[in-house]
Amino acid sequence: MPTVNYVSFDGQSTQLELAEGMTIMQGAVMNGVEGIEGECSGSCACATCHCYVDDAWLAKLPEMSENEDEMLDDTASERKPNSRLSCQIKASAELDGIVIHMPEEQE
Amino acid sequence: MTGVVIVGGGHAGYQCADSLRRAGYDGEITLVDGEGHLPYQRPPLSKSHLLNDTGEEALLFRTQSYYDDHNIGLKLGHRITAIHRADKQVELDNSETLGYDKLVLATGAKLRQLDLPGAALNGVGYIKSLDDIRYIQSHLNQTEDAVIIGGGFIALEFASTAAKLGKKVTVLVRGQRILANAVTPELSQYMLDIHHQHGVDIRFGAEVDHIADDGNGNVEAVRLKDGTLLPAQLVLAGIGVTADTELAVEAKLLCHDGVVVDAQCRTNDPDIFAAGDSARYNNPFTGREIRLESVQNAVDQAKVIAQVIAGQDAGYHSVPWFWSDQYDIKLQMVGVHEGYTHFYQRGSQEDDKFSLFFFRDDRLIAIHTVNRPADHMAGRKLITAGVSPTQEQIEDVNFKLNSLVKK
Repeated sequence: MPTVNYVSFDGQSTQLELAEGMTIMQGAVMNGVEGIEGECSGSCACATCHCYVDDAWLAKLPEMSENEDEMLDDTASERKPNSRLSCQIKASAELDGIVIHMPEEQE
Repeated sequence: MTGVVIVGGGHAGYQCADSLRRAGYDGEITLVDGEGHLPYQRPPLSKSHLLNDTGEEALLFRTQSYYDDHNIGLKLGHRITAIHRADKQVELDNSETLGYDKLVLATGAKLRQLDLPGAALNGVGYIKSLDDIRYIQSHLNQTEDAVIIGGGFIALEFASTAAKLGKKVTVLVRGQRILANAVTPELSQYMLDIHHQHGVDIRFGAEVDHIADDGNGNVEAVRLKDGTLLPAQLVLAGIGVTADTELAVEAKLLCHDGVVVDAQCRTNDPDIFAAGDSARYNNPFTGREIRLESVQNAVDQAKVIAQVIAGQDAGYHSVPWFWSDQYDIKLQMVGVHEGYTHFYQRGSQEDDKFSLFFFRDDRLIAIHTVNRPADHMAGRKLITAGVSPTQEQIEDVNFKLNSLVKK
């Protein structure tokens, strides 16, 4: 199973193995990793699962939809070039080892 | 045992348990839910769940270990049968009793059931619980024709799902337009066109006479009162819900179409709170008592209750918002549009990206968006802050609406 590394705003790291197809948001929320909310159940409708993807992995991510792009303009924490909504990224062999940084706040 | 007892493991119940711990509450927490599943999310059931390959685990709010680690007791598969307010105890269906300091009613809603001949046939289903969707799933393979009764969100979301799965879908609507309680006629018409584009047959003024049997107890067809016979191997009824207030009524808490709560989500018993679909509250945006069936309402009320129980200052004043996914359309609504005097449009319907901004006189009261999530997010802030953009600002898609309320 692919591994995802979550790094909290204060630098604490949590490593999880997620089933393929599970989103980064679901993995965090289900396992109680704080810093990602996911209020809308992963429907790209609430912008509370904002994350910063470590630069090394950016190029491997699926392209951002227009909806996600627009939602990212309204996140609680600052949007950066590596900002994504973690409900739109699924764990996969290709993204095995991905590093996800949490923002300071989600709402 | 004392502490907080939460009745119901939907969005409100789960959120309350989670938020109590986040707020630093260190007493006992027991969540009781009759369904026998770890608390899970319902919104995907009518939306993406049947299309995803991630399975049921993806519906869970949390894994079991989260509850263990946070010392949240779960009593799953047991219903609470009575509240004994004088003793501050609840009674379970196995006769066990639990004492409470504070009780949270997150009992949600009950399905409105079909009341017509054939309603109990194999192949007639609903969508509210995991068991409901398992039932539907078990009938999908042998289904070519699906008939959906109802014209609200659940009915239309399932119509979209079934059409995507290649089923021939007919939707029966009693009234004259879809989503009549939720959106204005313009948006109803737009969504109707979308369903037509996907080959879904929507019939208005349709009254079901009965559901016909194939002779072996299975659904074979739906017969309308005008004589029309529609073949069907699956019938989904999405005809709404009612507030589940049974326990509260029996406990003589103040109820009328919902458990009546104050701004702290407290019932008329100061030790009993209510949140979510079953709670009725005085909504500051409409100036009257309403009951909302939405994730936002469930989550935000539950958070308020957790803060109040943890001794913090909190009140429920959130602007209501909703969403629906049908095909590639993301429909989002913020505010309450009833009583609007006029509206302006941003974006174009031809591009399938537009928003309707509803005003009461000169005040923005609601925004309905189609595939324009940034308008929705900005709208939440605008309406919360009481800031109304001008017609020019709304119609200029390059104008950044959130610049009016940036922190």
